[in-house]
Amino acid sequence: MYAFRRFAVRRSRQFEWLYQVLERVLVGLDPILSRIGYGRLERPMAFVERHVKGLMFDCRMCGQCVLSSTGMSCPMNCPKQLRNGPCGGVRPGGFCEVKPEMRCVWVEAWDGASRMKHGDKIRVVLPPVDRTLEGSSAWLRASRERIQAIQGGDDANRTALADAYPEARESAPTSAPLTAEPGKGGAS
Amino acid sequence: MSKFFEDPNAIRPYEPIPDGHVSGSLLERALRAGEFAVTSELNPPDSADPEDVFEAARPLAEVTDAINATDASGANCHMSSIGICSLLTRTGHGTVYQISCRDRNRIAIQGDVLGAAAMGVRNVLCLTGDGVGAGDQPGAKPVFDLDSVSLIRLIRTMRDTGQFLSGRKITKPPRLFIGAAENPCVDPVDYRADRLAKKVEAGADFIQTNYIFDIPRFERFMERVRDMGLGKRVFILAGVGPLASAKAARWMRSNVPGLHIPDSVIERLEKAEKPGDEGRKICVELIQQIREIPGVSGVHIMAYRREHLVADILREAGIARMAKAG
Repeated sequence: MYAFRRFAVRRSRQFEWLYQVLERVLVGLDPILSRIGYGRLERPMAFVERHVKGLMFDCRMCGQCVLSSTGMSCPMNCPKQLRNGPCGGVRPGGFCEVKPEMRCVWVEAWDGASRMKHGDKIRVVLPPVDRTLEGSSAWLRASRERIQAIQGGDDANRTALADAYPEARESAPTSAPLTAEPGKGGAS
Repeated sequence: MSKFFEDPNAIRPYEPIPDGHVSGSLLERALRAGEFAVTSELNPPDSADPEDVFEAARPLAEVTDAINATDASGANCHMSSIGICSLLTRTGHGTVYQISCRDRNRIAIQGDVLGAAAMGVRNVLCLTGDGVGAGDQPGAKPVFDLDSVSLIRLIRTMRDTGQFLSGRKITKPPRLFIGAAENPCVDPVDYRADRLAKKVEAGADFIQTNYIFDIPRFERFMERVRDMGLGKRVFILAGVGPLASAKAARWMRSNVPGLHIPDSVIERLEKAEKPGDEGRKICVELIQQIREIPGVSGVHIMAYRREHLVADILREAGIARMAKAG
């Protein structure tokens, strides 16, 4: 919802904190989640995300959530789906080129980032979206990727994409995931 | 040896690259030599006749370091950038192959980058692209698989690492001088230099800006660019162009995405007896002012349907030069 998502950007600092807590909880629960099986959790978690993030951020379920790197303004709401915005077409006052009645998602993003503790993450060059991950749970992915990064298992599964965008792999691991997809053989 | 390679005008994809250069580009050579570089935009024909391309390039070829071939700018369909560049490289002109993310996905773009480099293209300009709604076929499917910044990094990876984004090896990497655009005078003006920094971080070697009509705004932008230490890491060519009349300027302002023209400029055109001459004069003055700003390495002239004025504008602005060879 447009009003909620603008609220999230205004309160970007608090939402950043909330997201950090959420990630820590999920990482802490990893032994349990692994025992249940990430594959089995995938659908219920995606269902929750679709509704919670849908309401809060107008989430499009790209599966590679980078809200913490974009001032809590979801970049998939940009009609050009920029992961590194804004484009050069922003209208006077900060409105969208394609949808003139909407605030530019990326003007909001830079604004939100300016209030965040780790707002500088917006300066990192993000890779293009992996469209095969659409509809999957970004929260579980974030947790898996963080654990892998902590355990230092990155080198074994290193992808060319992660090598091309190493800063993004570092600061927003879901944007260049390396862990195996549940139910699939290896990393994409 | 095939006849193709005996032709002195034929394409030679892998000429030696000077030390410290990333490509065999003449534009790169001019910029690294400290010359005030000039690039200009070609009006792409709605035609399949190569002669129309040469005709359009004629007024620009002698006075520029490279000619930009637009990629369906404003989402209007014309001859493709890669086609125009391929034709012009055969006649020895430097070209800037513009790649917009609007119409092609990463598979198409990576293939075209190799094709363009094989055809002799040495400069690329990475653009996000205007929305399809701005053009004459608003029902088209917008692609936007990449954005300009991720595209810059993608091409740099192809060039420097010799790999596709999948990791598959490229046996002869494309030697390209990588360009990007920036629009210093439109909102969010406070973050435009930061976005430029991202493009430099991604791998941009040069920047061509959108139209600059507001010198104070551009100066503030350049000040931030210098403060961030970007002036030494990237060559910046400021975009300029002659306006035809107040009416045309107003139309452009409301119909062309991302265009900032201050009212004072439009008033000047309105009061002028010959608005066309006044537009040219304004352009000359802008170039002279831009040239004085530290950190600017050249100008990019976008003289849509007024290409015949480019040589005169440059002469009047004091950028007289020997005809550029090749």
